[in-house]
Amino acid sequence: MPSTPSVSQDAHVTSSPAVAAPPPHALSIARISVAALAATVWIFLYATIERMAKWLTYDLFRMAKGERLPSAVEFFLYEAPKVLLLLVLVVFVVGIIRSFFTPERTRRMLAGRREAAGNVLASLLGVVTPFCSCSAVPLFIGFVTTGVPLGVTFSFLISAPMVNEVALVLLLGLFGWKVAGLYLATGLAIAISSGWIIGRLKLERWVEPWVYRTATGPSADTVRPTWNDRLRLGRDAVKEIVGKVWPYLLAGIAVGAGIHGYVPENFMASIMGKGTWWSVPLAVVIGIPMYSNAAGIIPVVQALLGKGAALGTVLAFMMSVIGLSLPEMVILRKVLKLPLIATFAAVVGIGILIVGYLFNILI
Amino acid sequence: MQIKVLGTGCAKCKLLYGEAEKAITASGSPVELTKVERIDEIMKFGVMMTPALVLDGEVKVSGRVPKSAEILSWIMTAAAKTSA
Repeated sequence: MPSTPSVSQDAHVTSSPAVAAPPPHALSIARISVAALAATVWIFLYATIERMAKWLTYDLFRMAKGERLPSAVEFFLYEAPKVLLLLVLVVFVVGIIRSFFTPERTRRMLAGRREAAGNVLASLLGVVTPFCSCSAVPLFIGFVTTGVPLGVTFSFLISAPMVNEVALVLLLGLFGWKVAGLYLATGLAIAISSGWIIGRLKLERWVEPWVYRTATGPSADTVRPTWNDRLRLGRDAVKEIVGKVWPYLLAGIAVGAGIHGYVPENFMASIMGKGTWWSVPLAVVIGIPMYSNAAGIIPVVQALLGKGAALGTVLAFMMSVIGLSLPEMVILRKVLKLPLIATFAAVVGIGILIVGYLFNILI
Repeated sequence: MQIKVLGTGCAKCKLLYGEAEKAITASGSPVELTKVERIDEIMKFGVMMTPALVLDGEVKVSGRVPKSAEILSWIMTAAAKTSA
């Protein structure tokens, strides 16, 4: 991506006087060329990593085929760049998509919606609206004080972290599109139904009373981004998210590679297999306190799946890690009383358990 | 001129405050910089993603940390408007 400071709509004072400023709305030729070049390099790299991993392992390092260490090394050299490449691409594209959806716009679309239809819309918008658990409190207040029903707000708050791009990339890269699709569909189903149930339970009394007294100002619509801004937002998202996640990811894939090479087949079947009824609840309980290191856990879990762990257990673990996070609950305590937080955790937790058991039975 | 940095004390809020300080120093104009950390004060601006930056009552950015050059350009534009 180009590194020239981009010019915002109303800013005519720039720090790059040498370049004739392009019209603020149009994409410059330079930017398009850089994007095309980046895409070409990406495709080339993605197409060669498998051969590259084989060549490095067996030709350059002269390792013997069929042994444990080479098998682990090849696994790492293939999976690590593949997942990183997918992550860069998806985070960039999602960053651009998210520039079209501000929380303000989402709020306007949800205000005054009836339940059911509102829960569905909120869950879908949760996937594409930029969200960070650090902003959960202003978002919650902004929603409930401007006519978004409590249950609809919860559908958004459940779907936004649970169906996130990093999780989808990891699932897509390591498990394939079927599992990623299942995750997306069941994640949405949990967000829709949990929000609907919370709405039906009429739990408004467990929202801190000051929340409804807060005067929320009119939508703060910031300047509409240009296409140059959107590309930059995509690039910033890559810098921020990939920059934060990659060490966990590499560590996780390294551990996964070790398991891949050294742990005997069917080793996990007794612990995380279909037959053990307690594996799903255990996976959920272990998953709740884990949060930012999700990227490192998934590759490990993927390797375990290869050794006999059941898919439903793996999905339940993944959802509980990112969908039910302890730090987010602590943040939400500011606006919600404990019984509501407990209900929220219980309803979502039960949803995850159902998904876990369902897939263990079906697949 | 007044700049307010809205945020409940997250890491990014501090980053934004730092960028705003840099921009103000670079502009050389007298700008009053304040932090707004109380949630009810933040909500008055209708901001749902922190951090956010407010220049003379207008929300310029929310949910991301702009570079000081971008903040500087807002200051210069606002300064040009007031002097004109």
